[in-house]
Amino acid sequence: MKLWRKPLDQDRVVVPHGEIHLILERCKGCQLCVTYCPRSVLEMSNLFNAKGYHPPQVGFPGRCVACGLCAMLCPEFAIYVVEV
Amino acid sequence: MAEELTNLLISEHHPMDSLLRQDRLPHIWCSGCGLGTVLTCFVSALQKLELDLNKVVIVSGIGCTGRAAGYLNLDGFHTTHGRAIPFATGLKLGNPELKVVVISGDGDLMAIGGNHFIHAARRNMDLTVLCVNNFNYGMTSGQVGPTTPTDARTSTSPYGNAEHPFNVPYLAAATGATYVARWTALHVRRLERSLIEAMNKRGFSLVEVISPCPTYYGRWNKMGDALEQMKQYHDHSIIRHRTDPAEADISLGGEIIVGRFVDEDKPTFCDLQREAVQ
Repeated sequence: MKLWRKPLDQDRVVVPHGEIHLILERCKGCQLCVTYCPRSVLEMSNLFNAKGYHPPQVGFPGRCVACGLCAMLCPEFAIYVVEV
Repeated sequence: MAEELTNLLISEHHPMDSLLRQDRLPHIWCSGCGLGTVLTCFVSALQKLELDLNKVVIVSGIGCTGRAAGYLNLDGFHTTHGRAIPFATGLKLGNPELKVVVISGDGDLMAIGGNHFIHAARRNMDLTVLCVNNFNYGMTSGQVGPTTPTDARTSTSPYGNAEHPFNVPYLAAATGATYVARWTALHVRRLERSLIEAMNKRGFSLVEVISPCPTYYGRWNKMGDALEQMKQYHDHSIIRHRTDPAEADISLGGEIIVGRFVDEDKPTFCDLQREAVQ
């Protein structure tokens, strides 16, 4: 991130990082998590699950800040984030 | 196959699984339907409320939304069409300690259960009603319903709906509800907060959620796929708290006023009856 001045609390603030977990067979490929991830971490994969839907995959793992919006938006209880 | 997905951990259990009947999952709702998101918000709200889950009861009616009670691992009942509120009223009167939540659709609550809805609001029964509005009868292939906007096409109004729709928050506020809010299915954080407020409220509280129905309503009205429909509702919504619900009418393709419209305190039916008996 580019900063125009150094924030006073920069050394105290730790940006959280998340690890994304997927329950593959629940996903119905609706793309809500991919579309609305504020950090554009996810992307659609070309693979199929058993029901024939394309699950998402992580394109940019370093960007995730564990906000949990994908878990809140997922209609299938198929994705969640664990803060690491 | 699982090994080929990049940087993703494959798991078997979700943190919300303790509140879900896992043997019923995956649910039958269409890909991208807003109902799943609404249920996630509800479960998240329940987890944050830290209520005694043995005293939480979910009552639902018939329809796509009516299946919500069957997916939650809580005491619940899937009532006959339109009779979710009378069943919930009975539960509340029988055991006032229970936290009774009605999760049902617009067709169930506003059409066949319309009278029950207005009278429960008039009596100020201590219920929380989550009304998921998808503008048609989704389960029976998208017929015109009481909330279908004028001119909207459905399978039984192929030339455009000639009826005026119900304005759900206005109806609830006019008949005496103490908490009235409306959100779309994409306002997840606000919806979650609203559900927490509604469940903490003593009295009749209504949360209406505008949800896409990509399979019928969206297809008939050429709104694109589920994602586009959800985005359209979200983009057309204007957050205006404490606005007069009379102005919150929904028209086809028009703006959707969302927010917390009513939040007031009034003695509930149980309070007044206890006073009268003593």
